[in-house]
Amino acid sequence: MSTNRREFLTECGKYLFLTSAATAALDFVIDGKAEAAPNYMMTDHWWAMTIDIEKCIGCGNCVRACAEENNVPVGFFRTWVERYYVPDFPSTKVEVDSPNGGKDGFPDQPHTGGKSFFVPKMCNHCSDSPCVQVCPVGATFETPDGLVLVDEKYCIGCRYCVQACPYGCRYIHPEKNTVDKCTLCYHRISKQLEPACCEACPTGCRKLADLKDPKDPVHEFLRVNSIQVLKPHMATGAKAYYRGLDGAVR
Amino acid sequence: MRIWKDAGHLIRLALLLGMLVVAFLVIRRAVIPEGFGRYGHFRPAALEDVRAHPIHFAGRAACEACHPDVMELKQKGKHAGLSCEACHGPLAKHAEDPEVKPVLPKVVALCSRCHEANSARPKWFPQVNTKEHSGGESCEACHKPHKPKFGE
Repeated sequence: MSTNRREFLTECGKYLFLTSAATAALDFVIDGKAEAAPNYMMTDHWWAMTIDIEKCIGCGNCVRACAEENNVPVGFFRTWVERYYVPDFPSTKVEVDSPNGGKDGFPDQPHTGGKSFFVPKMCNHCSDSPCVQVCPVGATFETPDGLVLVDEKYCIGCRYCVQACPYGCRYIHPEKNTVDKCTLCYHRISKQLEPACCEACPTGCRKLADLKDPKDPVHEFLRVNSIQVLKPHMATGAKAYYRGLDGAVR
Repeated sequence: MRIWKDAGHLIRLALLLGMLVVAFLVIRRAVIPEGFGRYGHFRPAALEDVRAHPIHFAGRAACEACHPDVMELKQKGKHAGLSCEACHGPLAKHAEDPEVKPVLPKVVALCSRCHEANSARPKWFPQVNTKEHSGGESCEACHKPHKPKFGE
């Protein structure tokens, strides 16, 4: 794309005298199609997720809601819930189970001693994502608003990203034969709706967060609580912030 | 101009190179999608593709717009924080067209999904062993789902 001096100065002039949103809409307004102007500004958001382990009751509502909202094929998961059992001794013998991703809930498994808890998992929408780095065709990418998405029309189904994701959040869609993953319900959050999993979560364990919004309660949440991300040593820039995450969780 | 006399092979080479460059540019233009690289190493139209996905969960605001009575009842109870579709399931079709009647959830299965005693559940969360607690009676016989606690 080349820009001559006149075009450059015209664009600069628009940004000087109008707000950036008005500039983006101006061309549409001049064309008489104001309703087609993009009212969702990618540059105004930086999406993340907060997950409060102490609030997860393992009901599986998020898993079901995600599957219903995004037509996730049976046996595959964009989000799932794991149950951890950490015995008192030896505490290295950690048991993890996730029957059907927690979709049908968890049958009670009484243990003597130790501790047991649920950990919801999903795409961490890493800001320095390994899956994006390995894609050979530019089909998976980081958006300006902080999501990791997949271009289904460009994905060749090579599975490289499935192996690269340290959190196991990707799968090959059995019908489309392209990779599929959590979009953080981009079709919803770009219309001021909550993601399906947050909408269905009964305890407010999972919450959508906009790190660029100074009024978002996420800032206090991150400041006040002990926060951890999964596999911090991998420096993925993960944006799923867990509160009360146990050291046993992998 | 003696210098051009033996330069025929150079000119042919230059022409060939020129043709290759032109072919490269033409193919490049045809193959690379429109706007590629505008936001990063991807096709910007893919963002629209993802955003175009149909919505199944209407969202709490849509429910409360038509059912303020339930909202008011719920606000006073323990279930105030719950979104309607957490129990009733995805109802965007019903929100668009009220003639599409939602199917009411099966009460015992629904309640025990969250409130059945489980050792992995956090201790602060109210849980019961359904069989001991009600002896097979439906939860609704005593608790009202929108305002579950007695005397609230």
